[in-house]
Amino acid sequence: MSERAFDPSAPLTPSGNLRRRQIFSRVAESGATLAAVGAVAVLVIVIAAVVSHGLGALSIDFLTKGTPVGIAPAIVGSAAIVLVATAIAMPVGILTALFVTEFANKRVAAQIRLMLDLLNGLPSIIIGLFIFGLIVKPTQQQSALAASVALAIIELPMIARGSQEVLLLVPGSMREAADALGVSRWRTVLKVILPSALGGILTSTVLAVARAAGETAPLLLICSVFDSRHVSLHLTEAIPNIPVTIFELSEEGNPEGFTRAWGAGLVLISFILFASLGARALLARSKRRMAS
Amino acid sequence: MSGPSVNPAYIPAGEGRGARSSSRLKRIDRIGDVALYLICALAALLGVIVLVLVGYQVIHGAVPAISKFGLGFLVHTTWQPNFGVFGAGSLIFGTMVSSFVALAIGAPIAISIGLFLSLLAPKGVSGVISPLVELLAAIPSVILGFWGILILAPFVQKNVEPWLHDHLGFIPLFGPPQTTGSSVFTASLILTIMVIPIIASISRDLFLAVPRDIQDGASALGATRWEVVRGVVLPSTSSGIVAASLLGLGRALGEAIAVTQVIGAGSAINKSLFDTGDTLASRIANQFPGALTELHKASLFYLGVILLVIGLAANLLAQWIGRRFGPRTLAAK
Repeated sequence: MSERAFDPSAPLTPSGNLRRRQIFSRVAESGATLAAVGAVAVLVIVIAAVVSHGLGALSIDFLTKGTPVGIAPAIVGSAAIVLVATAIAMPVGILTALFVTEFANKRVAAQIRLMLDLLNGLPSIIIGLFIFGLIVKPTQQQSALAASVALAIIELPMIARGSQEVLLLVPGSMREAADALGVSRWRTVLKVILPSALGGILTSTVLAVARAAGETAPLLLICSVFDSRHVSLHLTEAIPNIPVTIFELSEEGNPEGFTRAWGAGLVLISFILFASLGARALLARSKRRMAS
Repeated sequence: MSGPSVNPAYIPAGEGRGARSSSRLKRIDRIGDVALYLICALAALLGVIVLVLVGYQVIHGAVPAISKFGLGFLVHTTWQPNFGVFGAGSLIFGTMVSSFVALAIGAPIAISIGLFLSLLAPKGVSGVISPLVELLAAIPSVILGFWGILILAPFVQKNVEPWLHDHLGFIPLFGPPQTTGSSVFTASLILTIMVIPIIASISRDLFLAVPRDIQDGASALGATRWEVVRGVVLPSTSSGIVAASLLGLGRALGEAIAVTQVIGAGSAINKSLFDTGDTLASRIANQFPGALTELHKASLFYLGVILLVIGLAANLLAQWIGRRFGPRTLAAK
């Protein structure tokens, strides 16, 4: 800079070192943009593959009949297992979240949050081993109920963390107002705090359901030997379910089975995508409403 | 329950209702408070109990194998169910290699995505792309693995592996490609896809929390956008990025299904990434349903113990780093 004389007519564009720095910055920016585009591209490629291969398998019979034509028993079975799992995980998760936000002191709350994070970080195959040792081995039998308990353990930390976040968004002034009116704690919680956080709690539950529906590893150990020709709701036995069906078809290496697996994958992934996109949209809305 | 009517709990005593009913309400309230507290505490305790029980059951299931093989299990590499000989050496190796490769590819990409979403993209764009990146985590591993065998593996085997072998073949990692397409490398790529949304969404939140005025200060001093990132944003969030990467590592270590589908269940330790291999979690998923002898099952439980220890260590370390060097403590300094 200093060696060049000031030239008022020169264009106001960077040169030399500054130019190099700006180019480097540009390159870094486009790299970051490219990474984001790449991630979205992978999502699109995977979903497009499932949709394009799965549509060929999809038909009314595929959705309403059992093996060898369709996967109806697996759809019903998966729904039943996940439903029972949610019925277990939802109350426990919400109550845990309430304990952390309404009752526990700071130190205990931090411990419980750590516990939930560790539970969330457990590999799902470990939860499969756990339930195998806890339920399947003593009863000498695989069962849908055992699978539900395993999925409930997977859902629990998600529901608890999600509920906690919305409960923390409930303005403290509402609690204070209730206290000032002499309302007892439990009435405040049940009639003021929970209702205003209900939207967020429901959406985090739906997200947990979406995650549990695709969980394969635990089911492989505790609910994988089943008769997939008929719809069965005997929860004390192993019942057909979508993830294990896809896994087994994919391991068989038979092209006809692959088509069925793509079809089952399409059913599963469309449920998961609709559930998580819908839940996210709802969550964003209820958070915005509570924040304002 | 009775709609928006006035809560009977705070109708003053002696106003229409007798003092008696007021004291009854007080009693109900006292019981209700205690009951709700107890139920909530019990629910929170249940989670702790589950966590402890998980550890107990997994170790309990592994006892026969632990007493037979001891700690030598960790280094022995033979795994022959027919002869009752088991060792986790090659599986620990495979787990480490596949996870670290996934992290080495995935972390830089994910951090870049975090930077893009938090600093570069206009609000509307990041509002669309953020949920899409998170959706990547919602794809079930069984579907990702199935896609991996049928579409990714052949592509990688035909195009990516030969190219890497031709150009970087002098590094023993990039050996000659195998014929099947099942390889540690393909498994790592699948794990990369799983790791990216985790690290990306955490690092996006980290970068969003970096105070705007420090960044503006750097810009005012003439720093380019990259220099602001390099000089201000990354240094102030480095601990969080490490924690996020550890969480991603924990996810990669524990993935069973997708890995078992694409890794090819090899039992040897191979130098080349393009050979088959196997991981702890994938071996459990692959062999547990068909395990016949008690010792075989116990050995698989033993693999579970190892996985549990490594996984918990990664998660605890991530939590500890996140808390110890978190953004809040940085701000306080």
